[in-house]
Amino acid sequence: MVHLMSTALVRGLLGQAVGFLLGLVLVLAGRGLLGLDTSWEAARQPALVSAALVSVLGFMLASGMVEDWLKEMRGEPAPLRHGPPEGRPGWWRYLSVDYNHKVIGIQYGATSIILLGLAGLVAVIFRLELTKPGIEFLDPNRFNTLIGWHGIVMIAAILLGVGGMANYLIPLMVGARDMAFPRLNAFAFWINVPAVVLVVLALFWGWDTGWTGYPPLGVFSLAGIDLFYIGVFVVGLSSILGAINIIATSLGMRARGMTLFRMPIFVWAMLATSLIALTATQLIGLSFLMVVLERTFGMHFFTPILTEHAKAIGSPPGNPLLFQHLFWFYSHPAVYIFVLPGLGIISELLPVFSRKPLFGYKWVAMASMAIALVGFLVWGHHMFTSGMSDIMRVTMMWTTLLVAVPTGIKFFNWLGTMWGGKLTFPTPMLFVLGALSIFLIGGLSGPPNGTVTTDLFLHDTYWIVGHFHATMFGGFLFPYIAAVYYWFPKVTGRMYNERLGKLHFWLMTPAFWAMSLSQMMAGLWGMRRRIVDYDPALGIEPFHLVTTVAGIVIFIAMLIFVGNIVWSAVKGPVAEANPWKSRSPEFQVPSPVPEFNYDRPLVVVGDPYDYARPEPYVVFASSSAAD
Amino acid sequence: MSQLAHVHQEEMSYARRLRLNRWGLWMFLVSESFMFAGLFAARFYLWGNTRPELDQTLGLVLTSILLVSSFFMNRAEVAISQGHRKEFLRSLLVTFFLGAAFLVGVVGFEWGLFLPEGPHIRPSDGAFGAVLYGMTGMHAFHVLTGLIFILVVWNLGRKGGFSPERYWGVEACAVYWHFVDLVWVFFYPALYLIGEVAKLH
Repeated sequence: MVHLMSTALVRGLLGQAVGFLLGLVLVLAGRGLLGLDTSWEAARQPALVSAALVSVLGFMLASGMVEDWLKEMRGEPAPLRHGPPEGRPGWWRYLSVDYNHKVIGIQYGATSIILLGLAGLVAVIFRLELTKPGIEFLDPNRFNTLIGWHGIVMIAAILLGVGGMANYLIPLMVGARDMAFPRLNAFAFWINVPAVVLVVLALFWGWDTGWTGYPPLGVFSLAGIDLFYIGVFVVGLSSILGAINIIATSLGMRARGMTLFRMPIFVWAMLATSLIALTATQLIGLSFLMVVLERTFGMHFFTPILTEHAKAIGSPPGNPLLFQHLFWFYSHPAVYIFVLPGLGIISELLPVFSRKPLFGYKWVAMASMAIALVGFLVWGHHMFTSGMSDIMRVTMMWTTLLVAVPTGIKFFNWLGTMWGGKLTFPTPMLFVLGALSIFLIGGLSGPPNGTVTTDLFLHDTYWIVGHFHATMFGGFLFPYIAAVYYWFPKVTGRMYNERLGKLHFWLMTPAFWAMSLSQMMAGLWGMRRRIVDYDPALGIEPFHLVTTVAGIVIFIAMLIFVGNIVWSAVKGPVAEANPWKSRSPEFQVPSPVPEFNYDRPLVVVGDPYDYARPEPYVVFASSSAAD
Repeated sequence: MSQLAHVHQEEMSYARRLRLNRWGLWMFLVSESFMFAGLFAARFYLWGNTRPELDQTLGLVLTSILLVSSFFMNRAEVAISQGHRKEFLRSLLVTFFLGAAFLVGVVGFEWGLFLPEGPHIRPSDGAFGAVLYGMTGMHAFHVLTGLIFILVVWNLGRKGGFSPERYWGVEACAVYWHFVDLVWVFFYPALYLIGEVAKLH
């Protein structure tokens, strides 16, 4: 109990509660002093904004995350803490501020799986509502709150999952002791926790815009939306700081002999991802900040409201389309932030289970970069029906369809990798193959949305819901699950249960196909997104029933997955150091990976996926001279 | 534990640490510039070829103050690199007061907090108010963080925390300050100079 109370998590949450109250009091007192209305109805909006901001500060201060930095600012020495804390039980460091990248990676990964579960549970709830036409047990505001919550928490879960894989794997793969900035790394993880708490609190007041928070509705929405905007803003900050760390680590801390084209392919994927996260994330933060400013101070960026005085000085009106441009400038590239790491995992695992080199390594690496760059030029395809000019619409259509080229290159390279290989099918490989099949559904359903003429019909229907769930499952979730199974023996030193893993796969994959295809069918037959009710005359009830049942099966399959990894982490059989006969450097050291990864520096002497040759990819230098 | 202690001693060399820190800082600035570019784009999206009537003298004075502050920041960095600690501290303080003067000018006069009749343009005045306060506000926030940064570096410098060989904190502060200055070089014309003054009704 004493140990639990002293963790950063518990201290931080207490600090956040205090900060929240302090933020409320600040605004109420300030309004009282200025002679403004202090009734809760009038003061609620600014009070919640202030409470949200102060609560994040409260968490970070109370958790002890910034202690080292405060010391350095005062000129006191603050050497980096190393190793497991003394006099604490083993689990303690996972709930506390720890600077080891493997601990932070596990913190990210565990948080992401918890959030996947919560957001999945919410999806099951509103899917039950949608099974029949009419309103059964969710009123429209509550329904809209839940779909928005499902969307944004899934996005946070995916970002955290990407962070988990990157933090755990990149230092190991490039042969470094840790990330380039260990404290920043811990900070980037911990600041997610108060952000998630804010998004959970937002449920209490609700908001009805869905995860996109579009104005003008966002400006006049329910009170929970401020907590949602600020929560997402903070998650974005974490994403940017994480990207800085990943780029610096993968470019600046590589082992001797590891040229760019000898890096493991996952590092390339994370590099491309981080370039997007580093730059584009600012734009969603800015757009959400602008809506909060509009709600709090009446700064009309996005609503065409002109006061008498504004008319007198000849001001132009605000414009909601501006929000959509800023928002999608991030939120489209964001899907590449989600899928590029997933595609990197596929490229990483296929050679291991095919016992063949990755076909066209350089092309796969460059395709990641190409997807990242083209991804910046396609945001307008979310706005084909919102009144954008024809020139923009056609330009964005062409750039959008261009994305298919590097994605296709990846796909054919994967087929080339498997061609003639000696394939084995343990659970990670099954999930990689499942990912290919699902990403194919997602990819092929993409061009109809990217083409203006067909998108005018498909926009905002369940077809879109089916399309992006297929890209997210195929591009992120399936590879993520494959990665968890694949590196599980490396992380825990124990083996997961293969039979439960196979059961997980065979429940989840057919259920997902059924779910995605029935969503698309419902959309083609006229089902709109984000509406709690639908017309029984459309005849889409069977599709909704299939979607709901399949969704529940996926949820059960994920419960089996969580049960498997939790049970196996404690009780599973002890794993070998290299159960997959991988050439990757992290599999050349004992499991679980030692505190400082490699006690002797790595030297890269071969190619990462050259499974045809006996020469290794890396050897360990005989001397321990660093740098 | 002996092995831990052994590895512990192999911390990165200062040169390598410095290189990584520089990358980190510059990447952060690249990231920030996207946010400022978003505001810049919003100005042209909403205002087009018009601009509100603003106090041109105030704008010119503020811009000059900020540009001169960058000069003194550079002096401070050069001074510490040559070991002139007194001059380093003095230049840093001059930078601080110039920056503070800029901040007072924006908040007190552009935003009208010190004007008895209040501001000519209020935040709620359509796109003019929103963009003007949005851009100057976001920039002023960065000036404020820069001022805090300068104070921290000044305090460390006073205690002898920097030497001609190791002055990364000063370099980071200087680069950040120049960046905030550079943003204003774009914002000033966008707000004060480009486009025709909107007709009063």
